[in-house]
Amino acid sequence: MTPVLELRDLQTSFEMPEGTVHALRELSLSVSRGEILGLVGESGSGKSLTGFSINRLISPPGRVTKGEVRLHGRDILPLPDSEMRKLRGRKIAMIFQDPMMTLNPVLRIETQIRDVLLAHEKLSKSEVRARALAALDEVGIPAPEERLRVYPHQLSGGMRQRVAIAIALLHKPDLVIADEPTTALDVTIQGQILALVQRLCRDRGTALIWISHDLAVVAGLADRIAVMYAGRIVEEGPIDDILDAPAHPYTRGLIDSVPVPGQRGGRLRQIPGRMPALTDLPTGCAFAPRCARATENCAEVPQLMPFGEDRKVRCVHPLAAGEAA
Amino acid sequence: MTEYIIRRVLQALLVLIVMTMLVFFGVNVIGNPVYIFASSECDQACLDAIITDLGLDQPIWRQYLTFVGNLVQGDMGRSFTHGVPALHLIFERLPATLELAFSALVLALAFGLPMGIYAGLRPYGWGAKLIMSFSMIAFSLPVFWIGIIMILTFSVQLGWMPSVGRGDTVDLGFVEVSFLTLDGLHHLAMPAFTLSLIMMAMVIRLARAGMREVMFTDYIKFARASGVPERRVLGAHALKNILIPIVTVLGMEFGGVIAFAVVVESIFSWPGVGKMLIDAIAVLDRPLIVAYLICVVFMFVTLNLLVDVLYSLLDPRIRLGGGKA
Repeated sequence: MTPVLELRDLQTSFEMPEGTVHALRELSLSVSRGEILGLVGESGSGKSLTGFSINRLISPPGRVTKGEVRLHGRDILPLPDSEMRKLRGRKIAMIFQDPMMTLNPVLRIETQIRDVLLAHEKLSKSEVRARALAALDEVGIPAPEERLRVYPHQLSGGMRQRVAIAIALLHKPDLVIADEPTTALDVTIQGQILALVQRLCRDRGTALIWISHDLAVVAGLADRIAVMYAGRIVEEGPIDDILDAPAHPYTRGLIDSVPVPGQRGGRLRQIPGRMPALTDLPTGCAFAPRCARATENCAEVPQLMPFGEDRKVRCVHPLAAGEAA
Repeated sequence: MTEYIIRRVLQALLVLIVMTMLVFFGVNVIGNPVYIFASSECDQACLDAIITDLGLDQPIWRQYLTFVGNLVQGDMGRSFTHGVPALHLIFERLPATLELAFSALVLALAFGLPMGIYAGLRPYGWGAKLIMSFSMIAFSLPVFWIGIIMILTFSVQLGWMPSVGRGDTVDLGFVEVSFLTLDGLHHLAMPAFTLSLIMMAMVIRLARAGMREVMFTDYIKFARASGVPERRVLGAHALKNILIPIVTVLGMEFGGVIAFAVVVESIFSWPGVGKMLIDAIAVLDRPLIVAYLICVVFMFVTLNLLVDVLYSLLDPRIRLGGGKA
């Protein structure tokens, strides 16, 4: 079966006065129907940019300079903007990080839902209303009739994110890109939103890319995980395999940085240093300067190689199971 | 909402009361208007008679109370020079000024908004640079200079435009207006354009700044990512947000435009209140000056009130202030 989305060797670049900066390189990944892919990395690793590269909403001067974005096997990169617009929201929807910011502060919830509905369908006033009510009801918003009339600032953060999710799912998209949608929420609300998104996507067979810097969140949600570092995917595979036995030293470092309940007082292991700036990448493996296992073999950028069954890793010295970084 | 408006009205009343005091005492301590009436043969007895007749022998606080007493009955006194009620004179001249000011406002918005929005969307293009240079020139050049140059160019050299007066007017029953006849529009064009330049420059700058800020917000990205057509994104989602500061500034500026249309009215011999005020000051026609100033104050207060109400219609967060945060 063809995956819902497949990225092939994607490269996104920014034309800067100082020269061209490649923010994403050799990016290949795929998501199938009903599958949840966790896209994990630090700030600046290019994970959010991946989302915007897929639906072609990168702010200039950035643009996709190479590769393919295949939706159901069809490359959508060459599509004109008008065709691309028809895909956004209908086939590929997006949810953003801060629910305070994703809803327009001066438009009623009803207007915002209506605009997205009418963007792709011809509906009468009563149909719009019925669809809006159903959508709010589906994401567990109590008294949806009243909520339609209000403005975003009259809702709590969790409610707003529910509304944003309802809007994203209005047209039953094949793919949802969720860019850290729970980061700005309280932990309890976070749990609710996670469960909600998971349920809705599973029920409808929607493919989901969940972008997050929080490994703990992804661990409980995703089927597969792709770890990004400095614009490249460094490791990819089924979530359990990778969490149990990460092969890339960076993944190992990420996992070790997460505090584990029941290990109070123990020193958290941290990755020394910080991610290099994209304008100033080392010639070889971008992680080598921070890596304890780096050797002169790391002076060339490693390829993303198959590792075991159904896994890939971009490292010359992958870790064996259980080995520390 | 109602409570909010009542509160604002009470504040407005207070401002009005304070302003009547300032204006009345301010104007009544300078000069002596008796000499307007006194002929050269008038002796002391004759002068005393005039003083008593005008009520100037009373202590000033009593004069003020009399003035306020008459004011609340809608009587602002008679013009010393014209011998008719001052208010009557003002209302006779005001429609011409209002027409000029509103035309200027319409021009400022009709040209300023699209130009500003365009400049905000393509801030580095030569179009934006052209627009911004225009706004800087419009803002900086003195109005009287622009007016004179326009008369020189279009009336004297080219002979396309009339330079004096209102042209043919249409009587609407309660006011006479120029903009309904071709000749009237012809006469209105140059003064209205001249008067609109500063407002237009401001609208351009505010619209551009607003647009540049709004286009990077998540709610615009979210609307685009949901497939909302670009025209709707700009025309509704972005526009309503950038209108908030524009309404505020224009509301305040508009009062100034009416009150100080003096220059433009003088240059184009537009028969409005501005010209009348200059004449009244020249001969120290106290009741006319006071009446005019009170009218201006009243207008400013009313405009500010309108702006606040309009503002709250645009921005629900203000309207419902004090409610749920």
